[in-house]
Amino acid sequence: MTTAAFFVFAHPFLSSAFGAGTAIAAASGLVGYVVVLRGQVFAGDALSHVAFTGALAALAFGVDLRLGLYGGCVAFALLLAVLGRRSEADDTVVGSVFAWVLGLGALFLSLFTTSSTGTGGSGGTTGVNVLFGSILGLSGSQARADVLVSAAVAVALVALARPLVFATVDPAVARSRGVPVRMQSTAFLVLLGVTAGVATQAVGALLLLGLLAAPAGAAQRLTARPFRALWLSAGIAVGSMWVGLTIAYLVPAVPPSFGILGVATVVYLSTFAWAPMRRRHSPAGAGGQAFPGGVEPSVEPLVTP
Amino acid sequence: MSTSVHLVALAGPGANPVDDVRQMLALHFMVNAFRAGAVVAVLGAVIGWYMVLRRQSFVGHTLAVVSFPGAAAALWLGVSVTAGYFAGSIAAALVIALVPRSPAGRPGSQESAVIGTVQAFALATGALFVSLYGGFLDSVTGLLFGSFLGVSDGQVAALAVVAVVVLATMALLGRPLFFATVDRNVAVARGVPERALSVAFLLVLGCTAAEVSQITGALLVFALLVMPAAAAQQLTARPVLGLCLAVALGLAVVWLALAVAFYSTWPVGFFVSSVGFAVYLAAVAVRLVRDRTRRVAVPGAGRVGAAAPGMAVT
Repeated sequence: MTTAAFFVFAHPFLSSAFGAGTAIAAASGLVGYVVVLRGQVFAGDALSHVAFTGALAALAFGVDLRLGLYGGCVAFALLLAVLGRRSEADDTVVGSVFAWVLGLGALFLSLFTTSSTGTGGSGGTTGVNVLFGSILGLSGSQARADVLVSAAVAVALVALARPLVFATVDPAVARSRGVPVRMQSTAFLVLLGVTAGVATQAVGALLLLGLLAAPAGAAQRLTARPFRALWLSAGIAVGSMWVGLTIAYLVPAVPPSFGILGVATVVYLSTFAWAPMRRRHSPAGAGGQAFPGGVEPSVEPLVTP
Repeated sequence: MSTSVHLVALAGPGANPVDDVRQMLALHFMVNAFRAGAVVAVLGAVIGWYMVLRRQSFVGHTLAVVSFPGAAAALWLGVSVTAGYFAGSIAAALVIALVPRSPAGRPGSQESAVIGTVQAFALATGALFVSLYGGFLDSVTGLLFGSFLGVSDGQVAALAVVAVVVLATMALLGRPLFFATVDRNVAVARGVPERALSVAFLLVLGCTAAEVSQITGALLVFALLVMPAAAAQQLTARPVLGLCLAVALGLAVVWLALAVAFYSTWPVGFFVSSVGFAVYLAAVAVRLVRDRTRRVAVPGAGRVGAAAPGMAVT
């Protein structure tokens, strides 16, 4: 651990990576738990591709990458909220829309690559960086911005968490108790969009889905209590970030994104071995699903009108 | 990408469409593009129709993108990229098939977390192989966004063979799979091996994704899987008619996109997904108009899920 602390402060790019990475992982872990609980992983998948298109659109038109990233993700999140309101969330509709958005991304990539070849030809590299992340390349000011955005997301999610979990587990009762279910789900999708935007800068558009799904899935298998699982999910995400970055630093051939997601995946995989072992000890079982038995008692008193 | 240079040199579309087509087909790479496009369009439409019916878009998309790490690994190891595509998708299909499905409560929340993790981890592995390979970034974007215009004669033949095998498998699986999808409980009671069928379908979906992604690239397979099928299911609830319609729409989308791309410097993948999306939107509009004129009050009446479940399986 002391050597780890040593090398983190030895290089400024590493302290940027660790600082931003910690904040981004915490936000992704928190948001990801609710994503998995609500069964909206496919929405996260769609957003990860929209993030790619948004970033490349910004590059193709010569504006700041983050403008396109956040703009695209939040706009798509709002679209998902509208589509989900009209009928039950239809994965075919979502799929058709994001397949088209991805085609647009291919167009912007080609436009950007063509326009930048005259001036040095870094277009291809930037495109691949957007897809697979470049956390070690974050500047100090970028890292600070990422920390601020992630902290805002985390605070907003924790503030929303109790009514949100209530509304997810039992929407009908929540609605009758006066929880604004619709507004909440829209607010949550916007939070998810912002998370997708900030996580794209760390692990890349294609891999942020893993940062949302793997720690949350692991936490859900380890405990049936929602708030314990929420914090556990954030903890696993942050731990995966630290260990993954350390591995990437020590083994230069390993891209940081692979280190981070590799650790998160191994943690998730090991919960499949661990949970049946626990179930053998307690017959009631923490068999993976966090609802409904384990959730209601802890949530209901908290949302008194 | 290199072929687009040739395309710029050509004149734009003339007044006579027959001449335009003749001009296109005079170029061998365009002929191969149309052939390969036809194979992947038919395959994508048929398998995609079942995917949309089974509401497995997320799985389909995951199997499509995980062909990328397989291909990247093959590049790194110096073995056949085609084998890499198939290995990646089939391995992921098996992993997803292993996941125990949640017995009660909300459908598949744990399952979707697993699928998401498989997808992201596979793509991260792809990034690792690309970094180990240390080769040209052009090949990365080629794997992700495809190379419609660089298909050889041998590739077309290989694509056709795989397509025939997959379609023959679907000819065997098709009816019981439809039964098990539309009315799972009755199918199980009738002795249809529902679990085995869904595993078999995952494998077929994986093979299809690997096949199609060799042409369209790993990221754009999903457009050919979901769009023609979704459009067809908006238009008709009859299974056989729907399948034929999906195939026809898929062929139209790919050929039209290729023809448009021939006169443009923009990537083929953009035109495929845009034409596909336009077709889907048109199908939705047709259904909405039809629903309004017929005054059908039953929700989801235009969908296949509402089709008669009592079809006999012999």
